[in-house]
Amino acid sequence: MAATATNSMTAPTPPTAANVTALTVRNLSVFFGENHVLKDVSLDIAARAVTAIIGPSGCGKSTFLRALNRMHELVPEARMTGEIRLFGDDIYAPGIEPVVVRRRVGMVFQKSNPFPTMSITDNVTVGLRLNGLRDRKLLAARTEQSLRMAALWDEVKDRLNAPAISLSGGQQQRLCIARALAVQPEVLLMDEPASALDPLATSKIEDLILELKKDYTIVIVTHNMQQAARMSDFTAFLYLGELVEFDATRKIFTSPAKKQTEDYVTGRFG
Amino acid sequence: MTAPNHHWRKFKNALMQAVTLMCAILVVAPLVLVFYHLVKQGFSSMNWAFFTQLPKPVGETGGGMANAIVGTFILLGQAAVLGVPIGVLGGVFLSEYGSSRLNWWVRFAADVLNGVPSITWGMVVYALVVVPMKGFSALAGGIVLGMMMIPLVMRTTEEVLQLVPNGYREAALALGIAKWRAIVQIVVRTALKGIVTGVLLALARVAGETAPLLFTAFGNHFWTHKLTDPIAAMPLQIFAYAISPYDDWHRQAWAGALALLLLVLFINAGVRVLTRDRLQRNA
Repeated sequence: MAATATNSMTAPTPPTAANVTALTVRNLSVFFGENHVLKDVSLDIAARAVTAIIGPSGCGKSTFLRALNRMHELVPEARMTGEIRLFGDDIYAPGIEPVVVRRRVGMVFQKSNPFPTMSITDNVTVGLRLNGLRDRKLLAARTEQSLRMAALWDEVKDRLNAPAISLSGGQQQRLCIARALAVQPEVLLMDEPASALDPLATSKIEDLILELKKDYTIVIVTHNMQQAARMSDFTAFLYLGELVEFDATRKIFTSPAKKQTEDYVTGRFG
Repeated sequence: MTAPNHHWRKFKNALMQAVTLMCAILVVAPLVLVFYHLVKQGFSSMNWAFFTQLPKPVGETGGGMANAIVGTFILLGQAAVLGVPIGVLGGVFLSEYGSSRLNWWVRFAADVLNGVPSITWGMVVYALVVVPMKGFSALAGGIVLGMMMIPLVMRTTEEVLQLVPNGYREAALALGIAKWRAIVQIVVRTALKGIVTGVLLALARVAGETAPLLFTAFGNHFWTHKLTDPIAAMPLQIFAYAISPYDDWHRQAWAGALALLLLVLFINAGVRVLTRDRLQRNA
């Protein structure tokens, strides 16, 4: 992949500064009906760092990600046990609305999904507007700020009122990132954000993620080993719903503690 | 397994093609015939007076059915006021809320209602509205047409909402947008053209209903000034004129039928424009 060469220069540094924990996950289990999808997962996700979740299809990566902002609750028969704290706040405490959690923990999906009836600007500000923000100046400022952070501003600044679906696939995905950033979340969850994109668009998204981690805590699910190795500071390997190994990315990819992890990251199974 | 079979198979294919083509022609033929007949018989009577004048008393020639044309629009307006909000919100419930068990029953009920003969609707509203109000009224006519629209609109609304990709719902909820807001401003907005299409088709469908109006709106030879009075409607006027013994009224009935067909045709053409635009946007 073309992006490998360019990004090797900016390979993640060893995680020394990461001493603040954004998300504390303890004994997390998720069930869909009778299905025990995630089994007793405990890990700490460092603030202002990229944590990658890897593992074969069906291992519970997406479910883990969705449990972090309670999106898994959209499945009616979903049930969870355990505890998740966001900067100390229990996001599953009684009386905590999922809506409030999701404002603090944003999400970008595998398939870019800008709202087709809205312009580029309206897509960026939709989270703010539908939560009652009316101030036009503030909305305009937040639009520019979010589009700049998503590295999309220069490409769209002359056609902010054009339909969002007139953008290319990679631009649409960056627009979705801008939309998630506009509500100023503390954590950004990304579910294979580049898997549907071509190599050039992928490398743009990867550069963007490395830029964003200066301000945000990022958790990314990926099927792409090189991508995890290039971008993340920490890597968690899930297999059949269990957390097999969680460590600094360099460690996972060079000298993993478990044989299973080594087999997976070297492509011997999965 | 060689040449003869090959010819036989080709023949069967040609036969099948011919039979289906004939059926396709039979689908279109009635519309062409009806339209041809209506234009031939009714066009000459579609003059200015037809659209602007009240019916003349028996024995006098001329006059028109202005009151029936206006009456039909008043009835459709009332029907829309009743049928559109309930139908659309019911469709939203089926698509966005609801449990599969409950939805099964609601869908079943709606489908049964869509199949209820229109004269039955007329009798129901006669009993529920006309009898208590002690008289036929425009209101009763609007109510019966509105009630007939509800299941139609509800089912089409549900169907177009189901076509909205789930990714939009997830994206909205992941932004911390409340569910009802996401539904109203994102899901329904995305499907809006489809919903409008369903509403227009339902209006076109009830615009020509005659039987339920016999029991409710009743008809009127004059202008209606209150919704509690009987009101004229094009299908009723056509019915009354067509069974009369007067040639002039027969001609007016043809003209009325032509006007009604044109109304339905225009609504359907509007639907075509809307849906074509929708397909282009999604492409």
